[in-house]
Amino acid sequence: MLNPISVAFIKAKQENRPALLTYTVAGDSSKKESLDILKSISKNADILELGIPHNTPVADGSQIQTSAYRAIKNGIKVNDIFKIVKDFKKIDKNKPVILMGYYNMIFQYGENKFLNNCKLSGVNGLIVVDLPWPENKNFAKKCKKKSIYFIQLLSPTTTKIRLKKIIKDAHPMSYFISMLSTTGGKLKVSPKEIIKNYTKIKKINPKKKVVIGFGITGKTIGKLKSADGLVVGSAICKEISRSLKYRQNPVTNVSKLVKKLKSKTI
Amino acid sequence: MKIKKGIPLIDQGNKLGFWGGKFGGNFVPETLKKPIEDLEALFNKLKKDKKFIQERDKYFNNWIGVPTRFIKLENLSKHVGGAQIWSKVVSDANGGAHKVYNATVHCLLAKRSGKKVICGDTGAGYAGKMLSMAAKKFGLKCKIFMGAKDIARQQPNVKAMKKNGAEVIPVYSGSQTLVDAVSECMRFWVANCDTTAMCVGSTVGPAVFVRICGWSTSQISRELKVQLIDEFGSIPKKLKLYNCVGGGSSSFGFWNEFIDYDKKQCEFIGVEAGGPAKSKKHAAPLTYGSKIGILHGAAQYVNQNSDGQIEETESISAGLDYPGISPLHCFLKDTKRARYTAASDEQALEAYKLVTRFEKLRPSLEPSHAFAVAISESKKLSKDTVVVVNSCGDAYKDREILEKRLGKKYVKSN
Repeated sequence: MLNPISVAFIKAKQENRPALLTYTVAGDSSKKESLDILKSISKNADILELGIPHNTPVADGSQIQTSAYRAIKNGIKVNDIFKIVKDFKKIDKNKPVILMGYYNMIFQYGENKFLNNCKLSGVNGLIVVDLPWPENKNFAKKCKKKSIYFIQLLSPTTTKIRLKKIIKDAHPMSYFISMLSTTGGKLKVSPKEIIKNYTKIKKINPKKKVVIGFGITGKTIGKLKSADGLVVGSAICKEISRSLKYRQNPVTNVSKLVKKLKSKTI
Repeated sequence: MKIKKGIPLIDQGNKLGFWGGKFGGNFVPETLKKPIEDLEALFNKLKKDKKFIQERDKYFNNWIGVPTRFIKLENLSKHVGGAQIWSKVVSDANGGAHKVYNATVHCLLAKRSGKKVICGDTGAGYAGKMLSMAAKKFGLKCKIFMGAKDIARQQPNVKAMKKNGAEVIPVYSGSQTLVDAVSECMRFWVANCDTTAMCVGSTVGPAVFVRICGWSTSQISRELKVQLIDEFGSIPKKLKLYNCVGGGSSSFGFWNEFIDYDKKQCEFIGVEAGGPAKSKKHAAPLTYGSKIGILHGAAQYVNQNSDGQIEETESISAGLDYPGISPLHCFLKDTKRARYTAASDEQALEAYKLVTRFEKLRPSLEPSHAFAVAISESKKLSKDTVVVVNSCGDAYKDREILEKRLGKKYVKSN
């Protein structure tokens, strides 16, 4: 059976638009609310990334940090994250879910046990921010055995030789970091420049899907439409923080935001 | 797991940067892979380059002011009544602590790579102060990340950084101490690695930073070896080297030249920060059996919960207040080459009182931890045992804490 992540790309392509990937932090601001957000955005998002909160995230900007600290404070554990995915999949079993996090959380849980639980709960892909290539070779192989995509990260600093090597080993989806920045930074390069870099990567192997993330908001998403997929994370986390601050319902607000983002990709 | 003889410990990591196959490595975001590889290539080339070594030594000699003194603490030894207690007064170095060696080398590397800005983290403020000094000396712009809690408790060093023209950026996340400062500094580097060099303030972080720092602070043991031979005619038969351990930069530098000696002749004792006697929190991952985890790009023993969240630490000493520990020390512990123990806040304060009562020496709160254990163990040791404590920092920065905890008389003459 084809991984639902690949199915999502095929579907988006048929509709002549990039796949929309959302990122929210598991357990932000509570386990229940985090699940409710997934349920409410799944009709407009193609792939759902769910962050495993960590308290020393070296690649995340302030928005995602705030979400992560909030989730940890509210008591989220790795097992709860699997439960959230499992409960979500009961309602929408074909919607692809990717877990994204830092390696220590997987290392402490145990790689094999972690992957078993990914499989059992219905996780389709993994992004491990601080496990770059080639350090991730073994773990990526283990993922493949479980039919889980291990998603390689690529950056503007990745050299051409390195790009080729990574793409060669890459599973059907990779993630291009748009610019030198932590998550949620202001877009400091032009969308044109980003697409130029993206095209270079695509040329190495056009069959492998590449999504673009970092710094993408409602304002910029429309200019990057030619990519296979686009990830919005910090803008959503920011919306959750804003809703909480003004005592509004984060679920409806985030749902509205994702709907708007989707409309800009068409 | 074994230490190889005749090869510097910093060069004993494997291809992926792991010591003993499991400590260290490069757990970094993809964006940092290239800058780290570039730095690695530059460092590997320059550390073999005679001209570069000459340049380093020129600044070490004329600007840092090496060698630092090696002195016998006669009165303290008499009072303790056991081993002879000596001190390597590394706080003599320009700026008042060992952090100046690493800062100088990082600035020299930054100049070579054409970077105009250098960023760094700091806990006690010494790493930041020295980096700001060196950056000024070499004409680099300097940004220092420091936890808000540390900014409040180490004001003299904050003032020094600002005076040197550095921008001090307060970090409000997490426990607002060193761990958060390092994270924030790494984030800044992720976003600015094309124009900015990063100096990690201790033997922690991705493997190349561990190596550069260890290479730089090893100046301490190079001097000590010569000084010991000058004093005793040869390396003493019973030598014990005590050093505090936070990230582990001063202790590694203090021991490096002696690693190949048998530990029966030359024993290493690392003293971690045990925190307040009444608190369960500490900064002593090696002493209290913390598990291996990943922190700031490297696998190491680290205080963490069962899920893998890094735990908050507590120590009177900002410089030791770090949940992890250098991969080099993890390696030295697991190969049993060094022994690690902890001293509490209170024990460190008592040791400070004792040292300053008997000697013209004012160790900061960090080396006071080492003095606490050295003094207590020396009582039971023979007179021919040579105990050396690295007094790696000066207490000037701690005057507010010392005044609060011990009263005015302990700070007045500084």
